[in-house]
Amino acid sequence: MAAGATYEPIATQTASGSTTSISFTSIPSTYTDLIVVIRVLGSAADFDLRINNDSGSNYSVTRIYGDGSSAASNRATSQTAIQMTLGGANPGVNILQFNNYSNTTTNKTMLQRLNIPGGYVGAFVGLYRSTSAINRLDFIAQSGNNIQANSTYTLYGIAAA
Amino acid sequence: MANTYKLIASSTVGSGGAANITFSSIAGTYTDLLLKVSLRSGASAFNDYVLLQFNSSGGTAYSDRQLTGNGTAASSASRSGNAQMYAIASSGASNTASTFGNGEYYIPNYAGSANKSISLDAVNENNGTEAYANLSAGLWSNTAAITSIVLTNNSATNFVQYSTAYLYGIKNS
Repeated sequence: MAAGATYEPIATQTASGSTTSISFTSIPSTYTDLIVVIRVLGSAADFDLRINNDSGSNYSVTRIYGDGSSAASNRATSQTAIQMTLGGANPGVNILQFNNYSNTTTNKTMLQRLNIPGGYVGAFVGLYRSTSAINRLDFIAQSGNNIQANSTYTLYGIAAA
Repeated sequence: MANTYKLIASSTVGSGGAANITFSSIAGTYTDLLLKVSLRSGASAFNDYVLLQFNSSGGTAYSDRQLTGNGTAASSASRSGNAQMYAIASSGASNTASTFGNGEYYIPNYAGSANKSISLDAVNENNGTEAYANLSAGLWSNTAAITSIVLTNNSATNFVQYSTAYLYGIKNS
């Protein structure tokens, strides 16, 4: 897709049955930013986000969240993926933003807005310590979890000009 | 270019204010809805809750989880059994003049047959002692497609002049 198109759907994946991963590969570098909108069904929905199929200890995440009773914040560093919860008993709504994803100079950050009605609400920031352009995203269900049928993952490209 | 992030309708409140902002006859042709609001109410309080209701359907079908910061501390709370979804997205008349609350509602799969989840980011700024930043995960426990949205103030006062709301449709293909 030529640069200039903005909020352009790059790809959508809808889980047809219980599966353990969703991948976006060969992501073009023609946009400025990426947005992933995830609507997850299912009560067991803990995932690892891995970028560029890199399983090195290059990820960290800082979280602020609430469960309806109290607010909390925590952090994990030198992880092999960005660990995230995406869904619960009700459909989870997650919006992930990867700004300046295709530059080859800076490490990459990710902002996640987490919404699980009846569960958690929060904002997570993830860091991928690599200057490589992002060309692949894998959402991998953690042990004991899976991606319920009809869960949808949509990747959009945002162009500045 | 795909027909996505398309402005469906907008509303700007004129002089004299408006008791509500309504979007009706929303087509089911998009994947998700995005509603951006900039609102101020006539309530005398510092902040006023914005109430959002779908399809003129009240009852007890709305619930939410909230994460809120007030400049001093973060807290979390929940609501359930309401006739609307609450949002800290409207400044009251005691707030700094010409300062409006802002909010963004993201509603995926709004035309689908499952209950509807809502992502809300909202702020209520004030050059004084009381202001809020709020994240909410909302749920409308109703499987009907969303065809209308009504915004009102919890105080039952008018939205003041220059309050705005923009409704966008987002397609994933």
